[in-house]
Parts: sequence; C-alpha cells; structure tokens
Amino acid sequence: MSTLNVLVLVCICYVALLFAVAFGADRAAARGRVGWLRSPIVYTLSLSIYCTAWTFYGAVGFAARSGLEFVTIYLGPTLVMIGWWWTLRRLVVVGRTQRITSIADLISSRYGKSNLLAVFVTVLAVIGTTPYIALQLQSVTLSFAAFAETDPEAIHLSDMQSTALWVAVGLTVFTVLFGTRNLDANERHHGVVMAIAMEAVVKLFALLAVGVFVVWGLAGGMGDMLDRIEASGISRFDVPGSRWVGLTLLSAAAFICLPRMFQVMVVENEDEEHLRTASWAFPAYLMLMSLFVIPIAAVGLQMMPEGANPDLFVLTLPLMDGRDGLAILSFLGGFSSATSMVIVASIALSTMVSNHVVMPIWLRYSGNAAMMSGDVRKVAITARRLSIAGVVFLGYLYFHLSGGGTALAAIGLIAFVGVAQFLPALMGGLFWRGATRSGALAGLGAGALVWLYCLFLPSFGPSAVLPQAVFEHGLWGIGWLRPYALFGTERLDPVIHAVMWSMLLNTGCFILGSLLSFPKPLERLQGAQFVNVFEHSGTPGGWTGNMAQSEDLLVMSQRIMGAHEAQTLFADAARRQGVAGYLPEPSPDFLQELERVLSGSVGAATAHAMIGQIVGGATVSVEDLMAVADETAQIMEYSTRLEAQSQELARTARQLRQANEKLTQLSVQKDAFLSQISHELRTPMTSIRAFSEILRDTGDLTPEEQGKYASIIHDETVRLTRLLDDLLDLSVLENGQVEINVQTGQLVDVLDRAERAAGVKDSTLQVDRDRASEAVTLTSDLDRLAQVFINLIANARKYCDGTPPVMTIRTSLHDDVVVVDFTDNGSGIPPDKQAVIFEKFSRLGQSSAAGAGLGLAICREIMERLGGSVSYLPGQTGAAFRVSLPLSGPPAAPKAKEEAASPEEAESVDAPG
Amino acid sequence: MSPERGPVFLARRTYRQRRLADAARMLPIAAGVLMILPLLWQGPDGDPGTAMVMIYIFALWIVLVGLSALVSRHLRAREPDKGNPNHGDG
Repeated sequence: MSTLNVLVLVCICYVALLFAVAFGADRAAARGRVGWLRSPIVYTLSLSIYCTAWTFYGAVGFAARSGLEFVTIYLGPTLVMIGWWWTLRRLVVVGRTQRITSIADLISSRYGKSNLLAVFVTVLAVIGTTPYIALQLQSVTLSFAAFAETDPEAIHLSDMQSTALWVAVGLTVFTVLFGTRNLDANERHHGVVMAIAMEAVVKLFALLAVGVFVVWGLAGGMGDMLDRIEASGISRFDVPGSRWVGLTLLSAAAFICLPRMFQVMVVENEDEEHLRTASWAFPAYLMLMSLFVIPIAAVGLQMMPEGANPDLFVLTLPLMDGRDGLAILSFLGGFSSATSMVIVASIALSTMVSNHVVMPIWLRYSGNAAMMSGDVRKVAITARRLSIAGVVFLGYLYFHLSGGGTALAAIGLIAFVGVAQFLPALMGGLFWRGATRSGALAGLGAGALVWLYCLFLPSFGPSAVLPQAVFEHGLWGIGWLRPYALFGTERLDPVIHAVMWSMLLNTGCFILGSLLSFPKPLERLQGAQFVNVFEHSGTPGGWTGNMAQSEDLLVMSQRIMGAHEAQTLFADAARRQGVAGYLPEPSPDFLQELERVLSGSVGAATAHAMIGQIVGGATVSVEDLMAVADETAQIMEYSTRLEAQSQELARTARQLRQANEKLTQLSVQKDAFLSQISHELRTPMTSIRAFSEILRDTGDLTPEEQGKYASIIHDETVRLTRLLDDLLDLSVLENGQVEINVQTGQLVDVLDRAERAAGVKDSTLQVDRDRASEAVTLTSDLDRLAQVFINLIANARKYCDGTPPVMTIRTSLHDDVVVVDFTDNGSGIPPDKQAVIFEKFSRLGQSSAAGAGLGLAICREIMERLGGSVSYLPGQTGAAFRVSLPLSGPPAAPKAKEEAASPEEAESVDAPG
Repeated sequence: MSPERGPVFLARRTYRQRRLADAARMLPIAAGVLMILPLLWQGPDGDPGTAMVMIYIFALWIVLVGLSALVSRHLRAREPDKGNPNHGDG
C-alpha cells in the first residue's frame, strides 16, 4: 500500500473521528453533561484556531525567509492575552450581557444597532476572510502534493484542484451539521468547540513531534542545533524595528478583530472566568507552537535542496528522512489547522451574513415579515447554511482563480490588516462614550479604502487589478497617491506602510467623525451600556407596548425561537409579572429581555427592527436619559439619594396628614356618638318624666290609669337599663376587657338554647334547621356565641316580613372553620344599608320594634373576640347572616387586650365605625 | 469632584484585588517593552545572533506565562469593579 493511499485512509479516519467527537459532545451537551465541555482548558484550546495552516506550515516558511520575525505573529496575541484585564475582559462581558453574535453585531449594537454598519463590517470581513480560506485549501492541497511527489507508485494527482474541492465540500458538510444545530448563535456549539479543541491538541503535538525529531533526530541536540542556526542563512537578528513593532501590534489587533477569533473568544465563551486560565495557558500554547520553528527552518534550509518550498519544511523534512509516520502526523497537524480555521471562520461569517445581510433583505421584501405567516426560524437557519456553503465556496473560488500560486502566501498578513480596521471602532466603542456611528462609519470607510488600495488590490500583482502606471506614478498620476508610498512615504515596507496609513486615517476619521457628529438617543444609551458595562449590566430600555401586541410578539417569537422556547419565555415572564397564562404585559423590561433573546438568533439590529415592527417606536425613559446625560455614575447615585430623601419626606408628610385626618374623624365620630347616646337616653327619660309628673300632679287618677302609667314608667326604665347594659357590654367588648369563658360543647346545643331564648316558640317564626350537620364539637365561649345566635334569631323574629316568616339555619365546615348561615325569607336588607347594619345605633328606618340598634354591633364585637366573624350575606332569599368561627377556639385573650390598648386600635374603641 | 467617591479605605481583600488588577494592567506594558529590547542590541558583527535573541524571547515568554498565571489566579473577572464604579486607588 502506498504512502499516499495510507494518507488518504488516515485522513478519512481522522475526519470520521472529528465527526464522532463533535457528535459525542453535542449529545453530551443535550443530556446536560456539560461539565468538562465547559472547562477553561477547552476554551483555551478553542482559541488555538488563531494558529491556522498559515501558521502551522507558514511560520517555518516565514522564519526561513526572514528569521525570528515570524515570532511577532505570536507575540501580539500573547500581549493581548496577558493584558486580558484591559480589553478582553470588557469585550467578553459586553458580549455576554448584550448577547452579541458576531463582531459585526457588536459594532452595530454599540452604534445604535445600525445595520448599515453591520453590513459594512460583514462585507469587509468576507473580503478579508475569503483569501484566508483559500489559503487553507491551498495548504492542504500542497501537503497532499508533497506526499504524491515522494510516492512514485501513486497515481499522479493531475488535478490539484479536486483535492481542494473535496476538502471544501467536507468542511461545508461538517460545519452545516454541527455549526447550525441551534439558531441562537449565542448558544455554544459544543460539538464544534470540542472538535477544534481536539484539533488544537493534534496540531500542537504534531509540530512538537516534528520539532523534537528535527532537533534530536536530524541535528545532534540543543548545542548542535544552536550551531546550525548560527551557520544558517538566518543567523542574524536583522529585523527592522518598524516591522518588529508593527507586526506585533498588527497581530495583536487581528487577534481581537478576526471574526473567527471573536467567535471562539466572545460568542462561544461560557464564563468570563475562563479568561483567567486562558490568559496564561494560551500564551503558553503559542510559545510551544513557535518553539521549534527556527530550528526546523534552519535545518530545512541546510538539508533541503535549493528551491524547495520552505512553507512545507514541516512536512518534507520527515518525508526526506523516510519517516512516513511522522510525516503523516505532521500532515494531520496541518490538516487540523486548516479545517478548524475554515469551520469557525465560516460559522462566524455565516452568522454575520445571514443576520445582517440576508435577514434584513428578507424582512424588507416580505413586507411586515414579523407578522407574516411562515417560519422565520427556518429562513434564518437556511440563510445561515447557505451562507456557510457560500463562504467556503468563495474561498474555493478564490483559490481556483488565483491558481494556488505563491501570491497566496502573503495573504495572511494582508487579511490581518483588513480585519484590524475594526479595531478603532471596536475599542472606541468599548472605552469612549463619545464615539458615534458616523465616526465609526467614517473610520471604517477610510481604513478599508486605504487597505484595499495599498495592500489588497496590489497583492494580486502589478497590472492585475491596478495598472502598472498607478504603482509607479500614483492614481491619476499624482505621486502622493502611489499605493506603496502614500504621501511620499517610500521607505516603508508595504505591509507596515498599509498598516500605518490605514490605522492612522481610520482612527483619525473615527475620532473626527465622532467629535463632529451628534449621536442618536439609542446610540448614546448603547454607548453608556457598553462603556459602563461593569457598573450597570442592564440594557437600555425603550419599548412601550400594549397588551394587544403581546400575542403578535408571541407569534413572531415562536417562529424565530421555536414554539416551545417562546412559550416558556413568555409564560415565565407572565408568571414574574403575576399574570396567568402565556401573555405577559409588554412591559419595557419584558420587551428588552425579548429583544435580547431574539438578538441571539437574528442579531441585535434585526431583533430591534422586528420588535419595532410590532410595538412601534422605541421610547427612551427618563432614567435612561439620566444615564446618558450624567457623565458619572456618582452624580446619578447622588441624585438617586436625594430623590430617596425627598420621597421619604413626602412619605412622612403623607403619614402626618393621614394621622391628622384620622384624629379629626375620631373627634367627629365621638361627637356623633355622644349625641346619639343622649338621644337614646333622652327618649325613655322624657316619657318617664312625663308619666311620673302625671302621677305626681294629677290627683284624680283611676287605679287602672295609675297602674298603666306606672307600668309605662317601668317599661321605659327596663328599656333604659337594657340600653345601658348593652352600652356597657359593648364598651367592655371593645376594650377587650371581656372575660372569655372557653368551654367545649356541641353546636346543636348552642343553637337549641338560642332558639329557646329568642322566644321562637311563642312567635310565628318557623326555624328550619339541619340538625345532622350541626353535630360539630366547638371550643369557644359558648354563652357569648349563644348571645350572637339569639340576637340573629330575635332579629328575624322581629323584622322578618315573610308570610309565614321562616328562618333557615345551615351549617357547614370549611377546613378548621365552622360556618353557620342564618337566612330568612323576608325582604332582606337594602344594599345601601348593608354596610352600616353592624354600626352602633343603626336601625332600619323608624322601626316600631324595641331596640337601640346595638345588637349587631355587639355580635360583631363578640365574634371578633372569639376569633371569628359575622357578616351580611348578600344575594339570598331574604336577610342572611353568616357566622364563621374557628373550631380550635378563640385567640389568646391578653393579645386582644394589648391590641386594644395600642394606639392603632384606639380609634375602634370609641369610634362607632 | 463628585460629592461621593466611595470609601477611602478598603478591606484588605478588596485592596489586594485592586492591586492585582493593577498588576494585570501593567503586565502587557512591561512585556511590550521587554519584547522591543532586542532591537537595541548589538552583536559582535552588527546585528545580534538569532539564537541569542531566540533564547531571550522564549525565556521572556516563559516568565510572562508564569507571571500571568500568578496574577490571574487570584483575580476575579468581575468582582472588584462591582459596587464601586471608580477604579479608585483605595
């Protein structure tokens, strides 16, 4: 079996393994076993997609050409990682709180959810990444070819392109399968992350293995190795200072801005604490990746024939020495680097393309799409899948058209410069509240233009895109506009030249644009949110909706998030608001939360637009404006405290006013009570006085008359005594001084006693009872209870106007409470009187029957002391009273006393009501 | 000056956190300076040797990894800034 066939076999096995790992991780995540998937080590390893095939193979090539300079590509990210406290921490926290889906989303979100900005960033990212993908395809193809050359038996690969095509197709399938499992880009792609973490280990191991082989196998150990470096063509450290510094800064910028790095670093981040581990572990990874680069390059330059491609030394050195196993391992390392980059880059780009280009267009052309029928979710996922295929295909196309020549090798740095253009807008957005959308657009535009003109277009070679004349004499013959020597700066290396001018102009335009323009309210809100992310982590508000829109929102959300997730979200929100069912109030808080959740699926700008379609315009609350207007959180805090103090004052004033009103009311009630009492006492007194005067002054009274008048006086005195007794009783009850005599007995006995005492026997009133249900054992003051019953039955006897009058007494048990309903068949109590019947001296009309109107008031007091209640039951056949009483007995008496003594209770002591 | 700037003195633990954060901020700056250093070196015949610079760079790298591990080990990503928006000097 030839080496090449073995290689193909190993390759297929490796791809199968990748699928298995991704599948396994996804399954484990689906079952909730995510513990180890979420470890900081996996996060750190996933960052290694920074090391693509360009660095795996290319670093040695780079080193073979210009010595130690290659290391700048790794030193930049090292600086960023160990400086995580400055930027990455902020970036990750912002990304997590705002549910950012991509770097385009972050920039657009920061500058007022501007989709124009998002589209701009997306386009620039696609232009910058496509050649990079082409580079990965090329590296795989070249490494295949390297094997084919050493293998005479192999069928010669006449068509290199076919390898690239197969790799592209395979990668697309993998990415579509594992990269678009869930629409919410904010959810972690466990499968993909696990696969790239594994690939990170493979590529590091492969490079270290080749390094060890070169140092201890080909060279004679460390000492010999240093001698060989000294003897090689790269023995001198002659890197120009501008390139050393410039490339370090460039790679640092690219590390933050590359869409794929942003994807693994921010979007897939699960816990900001992971950064702590990554801050030292990732620099260590980079260090190990570059450890053997110089030795491999030096030995390669020495041992390989003249004209051999230094980019493939990692592969060709083991092959030359006949170490096929090691060569295959090395191939797998390069293959891992290439595939993981393509996978993550295509996921990141597809999110951007579908969220910021496809979805907005679709939304626009399908009219009021948020309300339309049809599955938005499916559209979004399809858009994302097509975008993945599109991005990978673009990469393949680029590779195909460029012919896979050496022109591609330089594209790595060129792409770095392209994406570095995001840096001013990104950093300005994170640290400077004054940064505006116009500034960001101006900066990005200027930077991108310079990059295209000075680096990207010239990279196709003279006369390919830009005519030779432009290179020599500048655009329109203006010498200052030569692509490699803008404004006459001829002494700079082209890459550094482009970095310098693009970044200078970009930053300049960004700052100038921001200074001159005025941001919209939403921009200012978002700016405050991003810059002060550690102070207040909420998102700015803005939506106001009405209930009718909740349903529309649910319908829309269901189509984006899926029915179950949307319903859960809505039901949760409704429960938090204390509303039953699935439709919460569309409060600003809820709408914000919904927008943030949706933005995880379709991006901030689109989510904002979709909610806007349903709810209407966004509004800005006063608090939000305060957050913007006040430059420091202190002033806000101070004013909040002032506000709290003034609220406190207002509250105290209100309490005082209430107390005053209460006192006035009490005084009025007292007067009313006194006049009522005097009136009640006066009426019998008047007749007693009148008749006693008659008895005294009239001499010739017949004994009958005398007896009649004396009995009137007697009756009136009895009435007076009863009234005074009642008053005394009520006063005792209200003061809580009454002694409660707790006994245990049967309810039926108490009712029997009450029926007898109320004189039912001698009247026309019939009492209808259900004695079976009255067999309830009570613990209470049964005498007092009987008094209440007597009063109720006696009232019916006196006032019931039914013919014949019938009183129905029904008893029922509710848990620990016995309820006795007294219902008669009279005309009942008119609704306007129902509220006052329990007040003192309330009688219905000028009733002829005796009674001071204290009975029900006493009943109420008694029932309260017994821990129960008596109330009027409206809507029955006649007058109906419900007495409810706890079976367990009255509450402890002293407590009642205390209550009565407390000033709160004092009002009820004297007040008639 | 705003009327209130938070407490003047901090608990020992918070104080440590602040200083650790300062260290974390200084680390990349120091690293950057040290990385530029080889540009100023002079070898026996003009430029310094690749081998020597390589050893220096990798030694620096290992030290940086160690320091970063040391600093970030006790540094919480969120805690110190919460509650007090000022990165005050305590």
